[in-house]
Amino acid sequence: MAAAGTRLDADIGTALSKGRFKRVGESVIKLSLVAAASVSLFTTVAIVAVLVWESIPFFQEVPVQDFLLKTDWQPLFEPISFGIWELIAGTMNIVLWSLVMALPIGLAAAIYLSEYADPNVRRILKPMLEALASVPTVVYAYFALTFVTLNVLRPILGDSISIFNALGASTVMAVMLIPTIASISEDAMSSVPRELREGAYGLGATRLEVAFKVVLPAALSGVIASVLLAVARAVGETMIVAVAAGSTPNLTLNPLESIQTMTGYMLQVGLGDAARGSVQYRSLFAVGLSLFVITMIFNIAAQLVIKRFREEYD
Amino acid sequence: MAVSLPDENFTLQATGRVARRQAVSRASKWVLLGASMIGVVVLFALMVDTIVVGWSRISWSFFTSYPSRFADQAGLRSSFIGSIWILSLTIVFVVPIAIATAIWIEEFAPKTRLLEFVKLNLANLAGVPSIIYGVLGLAVFVRLFGWGSSILAGSFTLFLMILPMTVIASQEAIRQVPPSLRQGSLALGATEWQTVWYHVLPGALPGIITGVILALARAAGETAALIMIGAFTFIAFDNTSIWDSFTTMPIQVYNWTVRPQEAFRQNAAAGILVLMTVVLTFNIAAAALRERFRN
Repeated sequence: MAAAGTRLDADIGTALSKGRFKRVGESVIKLSLVAAASVSLFTTVAIVAVLVWESIPFFQEVPVQDFLLKTDWQPLFEPISFGIWELIAGTMNIVLWSLVMALPIGLAAAIYLSEYADPNVRRILKPMLEALASVPTVVYAYFALTFVTLNVLRPILGDSISIFNALGASTVMAVMLIPTIASISEDAMSSVPRELREGAYGLGATRLEVAFKVVLPAALSGVIASVLLAVARAVGETMIVAVAAGSTPNLTLNPLESIQTMTGYMLQVGLGDAARGSVQYRSLFAVGLSLFVITMIFNIAAQLVIKRFREEYD
Repeated sequence: MAVSLPDENFTLQATGRVARRQAVSRASKWVLLGASMIGVVVLFALMVDTIVVGWSRISWSFFTSYPSRFADQAGLRSSFIGSIWILSLTIVFVVPIAIATAIWIEEFAPKTRLLEFVKLNLANLAGVPSIIYGVLGLAVFVRLFGWGSSILAGSFTLFLMILPMTVIASQEAIRQVPPSLRQGSLALGATEWQTVWYHVLPGALPGIITGVILALARAAGETAALIMIGAFTFIAFDNTSIWDSFTTMPIQVYNWTVRPQEAFRQNAAAGILVLMTVVLTFNIAAAALRERFRN
């Protein structure tokens, strides 16, 4: 009995120690998972640290108030001036005109997909719309410069539009933004409860009236979120504006003029137009910081709005 | 029993205002469909134009020639090889880190404020403009680590750029695996990790691969971030090591696009045809995979 008992104890002991060994292995694995997950946290910390740290020497040479309050952006010629508003105006120009085009089209697509399309049309149309988002931006940039500006806008508008202009870039940017607006707005519209639609139909409303007077208002927060995300994308988009919109800082919202956006300026520095260590080179990080803060504000606002509309009907 | 109508000519046809409202509603279907198609039609027209302009440049020598200052002798060779190096290395980094992050978030992380913060952080990183990742790569990998404008620096930059979207796609795939599989495995005495490794991951794999392919398509077309780290260079040799300087296809297309001569525009169009073929192949592969493993 006693012998068998010890034997059993020994077995249990081995089993337990194996188990314990297994558990040690498990915790090593879990630790490495935590380590992997921390990469994304470190990325954020590194982005903020790099942008702030490298901006400090720039702001020692150029006072913050000049950067934020002056309106001349003239980094290369005397009198040198770093007032970011011309670059922000360039970005706003592009955002404004691309949204003027993308918002109605994107909303129409969202309403059509959510309220009208039968499943077969939907199965074809939705991936086609999403394909617009997967086109590399350098391809869009080529389209903006060659086809849209040279083959369409110049023949129509003549010399009143410069070769490099905001309108060509905005037109192509609008195509790029359509899927962002359409798919998020459609999500919101599809999550509007059926009862709301049926109530309206019961009162004699037509399909169009239901779509615009019931579904669209009910999904408004989702539509707003999609616009905020589209703005963030347009603000951060680089290649289209760098190639097609020009490199002339310009305080205007006129789409026919040549402009420069924040991203366009950053790419210009990246292409090696400014010597390393010069104030022009350092301005890259100050502009980058401004760009990061602006896109962050729009992204976080979109997250908050999305969170709200998820809660509304859940 | 047949229903008899009061009048032979009776129809349920609306008249007046109601008829007008119904007509407008019927017409709206086609207006909205037309509007939804605008973007697709524009892209189609642009692609046709690109084929017309660029098709004549597509030849074997276009793939085997280095860039050149003579448009008709220039080719994609070094940028094609550069793209392959960059993408291969990016996969090696992104796959393990993205899957591990997604597993931690979905299976192991305690449901605390920290987890909420990690998720919010990922959503925000996915929205950070690619040029900012380029600035990060320039400051950290190129200069601080002293890697120069190398393939290693480039693929680390793209790895950080596509990590958030890969993690989010992997999370969704893991969430699709039914909880009953986990419960069954745990009830039979498997440890948490065995459950994840033998049951959750295989179930989530098609979704994860789809996400990885879509992220790679993003990386394959990325231009701005790589220009920022210094990949806008003239490369007339085949890359053989991760320390080489490099260029990629989208950068080569950009280079040809911004030159004033018409002949280089043709090269750009031909380069776009190759680039779009690669990106579309990735996207179609991802879509096919998703369809196949739908259930």
